[in-house]
Amino acid sequence: MKYDVIVVGGGHAGIEASLACARLNHKTLLVTGNIDNIADMPCNPSIGGPAKGIVVREIDALGGEMAKNTDKSSLQMKMLNTKKGPAVWALRAQVDKVIYKKEMLKTLKNQKNLDIKEALVKELLINNNKVEGVLLENGEKILSKAVILTTGTYLKGAILVGDTKKSGGPHGEKASNYLSPFLKKIGFNILRLKTGTPPRIEKNSVDFTKMQEEKGSSEDITFSYDSKTALAYKYQLPCYLIYTNDKTHKIIQQHLNESSMYGGYVEGVGPRYCPSIEDKIVRFSDKERHQLFLEPESLYYDELYLQGFSTSMPYKVQEEMVHSLEGLEHAKILKYAYAIEYDAIDSKQIKPTLETKIIENLYTAGQINGTSGYEEAAGQGLIAGINASLKLENKEPLILKRNEAYIGVLIDDLVTKGVKDPYRLLTSRAEYRLLLRDDNADLRLREYGHQIGLINDEVYEKFLIKKKQIAELTNILKETKLTPTKETNEKLKELDTALLKDSITLYDLLKRPKITMKDIEKIKPLNYCSEIKKEVEINASYEGYIKKATTAALKMLDEENKKIPTDINYKEIPNIASEAIEKLEEIRPLTLGQARRISGVNPSDIEIISVYLKKRGN
Amino acid sequence: MDDTIVAISTKLGKGAISIIRLSGEKSIEIVNKLFKGKDLTKVKSHTIHYGFINDGKNDIDEVLVTIMLAPKTFTRENVVEINCHGGIAPTLKIFELLTENGARIANPGEFTKRAFLNGRIDLTQAEAVMDIISSKTENARKMALSLVEGNLKKYINTFRDKLKYLLANIEVNIDYPEYYDIEEITKEQLKETIKNLEQDLKELIKKSEERQIIKNGIKTIIIGKPNVGKSSILNTFLKEEKAIVTDIAGTTRDIVEGKIIFDGIELSLIDTAGIRKTDDVVEKIGVNKSISLIDEADLIIVVLNSNEELNESDKYILNKVKNKNPIIVLNKNDLQLKINKKDLKFKHIVSTNTNSLEGITPLKNEIKEMFKLQELQEEDYTYLSNNRQLILAKKALASLKDAKMSLLNEEPIDIIEIDLKEVFDILGTITGESYSDELLDELFASFCVGK
Repeated sequence: MKYDVIVVGGGHAGIEASLACARLNHKTLLVTGNIDNIADMPCNPSIGGPAKGIVVREIDALGGEMAKNTDKSSLQMKMLNTKKGPAVWALRAQVDKVIYKKEMLKTLKNQKNLDIKEALVKELLINNNKVEGVLLENGEKILSKAVILTTGTYLKGAILVGDTKKSGGPHGEKASNYLSPFLKKIGFNILRLKTGTPPRIEKNSVDFTKMQEEKGSSEDITFSYDSKTALAYKYQLPCYLIYTNDKTHKIIQQHLNESSMYGGYVEGVGPRYCPSIEDKIVRFSDKERHQLFLEPESLYYDELYLQGFSTSMPYKVQEEMVHSLEGLEHAKILKYAYAIEYDAIDSKQIKPTLETKIIENLYTAGQINGTSGYEEAAGQGLIAGINASLKLENKEPLILKRNEAYIGVLIDDLVTKGVKDPYRLLTSRAEYRLLLRDDNADLRLREYGHQIGLINDEVYEKFLIKKKQIAELTNILKETKLTPTKETNEKLKELDTALLKDSITLYDLLKRPKITMKDIEKIKPLNYCSEIKKEVEINASYEGYIKKATTAALKMLDEENKKIPTDINYKEIPNIASEAIEKLEEIRPLTLGQARRISGVNPSDIEIISVYLKKRGN
Repeated sequence: MDDTIVAISTKLGKGAISIIRLSGEKSIEIVNKLFKGKDLTKVKSHTIHYGFINDGKNDIDEVLVTIMLAPKTFTRENVVEINCHGGIAPTLKIFELLTENGARIANPGEFTKRAFLNGRIDLTQAEAVMDIISSKTENARKMALSLVEGNLKKYINTFRDKLKYLLANIEVNIDYPEYYDIEEITKEQLKETIKNLEQDLKELIKKSEERQIIKNGIKTIIIGKPNVGKSSILNTFLKEEKAIVTDIAGTTRDIVEGKIIFDGIELSLIDTAGIRKTDDVVEKIGVNKSISLIDEADLIIVVLNSNEELNESDKYILNKVKNKNPIIVLNKNDLQLKINKKDLKFKHIVSTNTNSLEGITPLKNEIKEMFKLQELQEEDYTYLSNNRQLILAKKALASLKDAKMSLLNEEPIDIIEIDLKEVFDILGTITGESYSDELLDELFASFCVGK
């Protein structure tokens, strides 16, 4: 039996990769160490948030699964940053970990062309720098045309608590101890990274009266453009806010050297943005308290996630630490916090398609590429699945640009800059964040989803209607003129905006500060749904800024469209600085634009390459 | 290499003519926007055209424009050369107008580099040429850096660092919206920051314009009672130095008499109506006008006839300028001196005659001394680099004004931040210190966030 694609790993990257390949009619095998852990969320019980939430939207626009599955399993939905502008609005869901897994497994099992197998992969079958399948730890060989590695934290995974270090994955499963040495052998640079997770607390042992309740949105908001409702609408479970105190800090300081991190037991590099509680106390010693959240994990078990309290202290110290917190004096810890170390490959060794540069038809996605986060993983998994499929079909790959999607920013950062610590998406990483909004992910990407074949005609038809309506409404506003009559000006006075001297279109009126679509409707009733109206309103209100961002993006795209042939030999180009040659040879950028973003490559080097390409006739 | 670059190719202030050169696809289009004369987009290659550079309101200078179409040019791109008068002010003004209309200020050696990159220079020579170019660029870069590394950089960083912290704080507010212990930047704070920043930037611009004299020239008025030789002094100046404009449209003919380039500095000489104490109404108007000019001038030259004792009119004039630090010119020094120098309580007194060009040399030396023109000349490079900074600083100020406007329009903070980030980036370009993950580093270093 030969597969088209084998996906190694059943986490959020592996799921999207498997589904994309299978849905594009490629015979796909998902190999996972433990079927029960497919779609597991080993850390926080939430999906989305700033930047990440937009990634989930993008996944949905392209035809991925994460958004839909989140809608089926959410316990709380919250639109964040609503006091700020639409560019940074972000949806976040608290998710029931059990339902999430169950629903996702159902989807996977019902998927045509997709088989699931429980096994650990030992090596890859490689012939002539081309992957041809996998060798399992039990000696079995499975052949395929392409392989996608989405191994998460399992590559030589090790769990650290205090001075103990145990080989294994997040739930004490077997780590994959052969694959990363194999990858190293065939030429990948291996990085050691570290992350961690906080303790889980028994709900019944918590005194909630001392805590501040944090509720989600009361509206029925969905992540997917196509979901009709979210489970959260039914449950609306709250989270709880608490703070560390002086006592907590003293305990941590006293026992600092007992933690794996400060005791010197950790080799991996931890994420800057996700410090453990001991890190926070050392680095920000002047802070009197740190904020923590208690978040529900599931309706099916009695566990709360103590967000902000990740640590690698010994169990005994963890007990003391947790009991020092207000409301948790008698709390029972159901799972202790731990740090986890794992191997990743150097993301500079992969192409923007997520195919590796060394081995043809081998793709990597998720934590193996140095990222952290379910959403980052799923986004990459989807792109890897799409590109593996497109290559099998002899089609051009899908490379999302920095002005098109957060997924594009993420992958471009990975392959161009590489990572030193686990990479998390942040809105500040996107230079065109006003273009990459929560509300317009479908407008940005659905077209691609349909072209590729992950968005079916019916859904696409719906999308086209939406697009048409946006254009229609925009036109109506642009064509409707207000003349400076007494009646009009009286209305404008009510709206607290400047009166007219000359006539003005409704669109121009909408552009005025503080004027909203609701105000426009007081002048002219508009028979469109709120989604359409919101879109037109954002476009009008932020027109100047959007234009500015678009102009900047076009300038960037101009260079992005100048492709560098894959057979270019930088050493043959006279006059490039030697440091630049080294970097260019390492990263082998696909476009001049990508080349320019490499640190160590100077503008003059770019110009020289540009001339060289012109001479070659590219 | 798709953009159009511009540079002043002659040393500022030296020589009677300055050449501003542009290279790039849009060279002709850009100059044409400012050119009053033929439509330059329709002229033949390698031709010269007479006209004016006009900023949309006023003629800046009378110029000759040379049009050279690609590929038969030095850079193999469209090249335009503007020959204008050697005054620093009009040259810089034209330069500034060109940058405002789409040309980018060329890096040192960039014209040569383009010539090479476009294959004008044979590839076999390439390596040697690139060596020169890179060393040239490197030196220029170092030089620029060492200049910038001075007080200016320190000064910019005093407020750029504050802005950096504020921006990182806003970013944290966006990326970690539920960290209640992290201060949420408010619009009030932004208002305060923008206000302070505006002050700082304006100060910066003022600093960059420290050599304003160079830019705007020295407005000089020549006063004295009738027939002491004011016009002769003016004419002697005009004869020896290059006069660029002898009659400016729109100004009163009897007030502005001439502009000359004097040691690289523009001297606008204003010959006033002769002043004497008078009761004649009509004459009084002219005299009052002359007196009012005293307050506007950078330099006042009072001309006395050394062959005559001081009379009422002289004393009247001297009294008017006593706190203005004028140069007192005892003219006609070839004749007998009849003025007691002790009666003249002024710091700058020179004696001249207008029988020969050399006769007014003492006056010229005094002007040089007074305005430290020698020093200014030696700081040419600093001045130019300041000019680049100045344009950038003005851009930053414009972005700041956008931010202010957005704040006024009650835009959300993340939108206002876009403008502020632009200000931050431009300031970083001035100091040469910005790098791509600067804000992220600040964010993680200064704010405690995590899981």
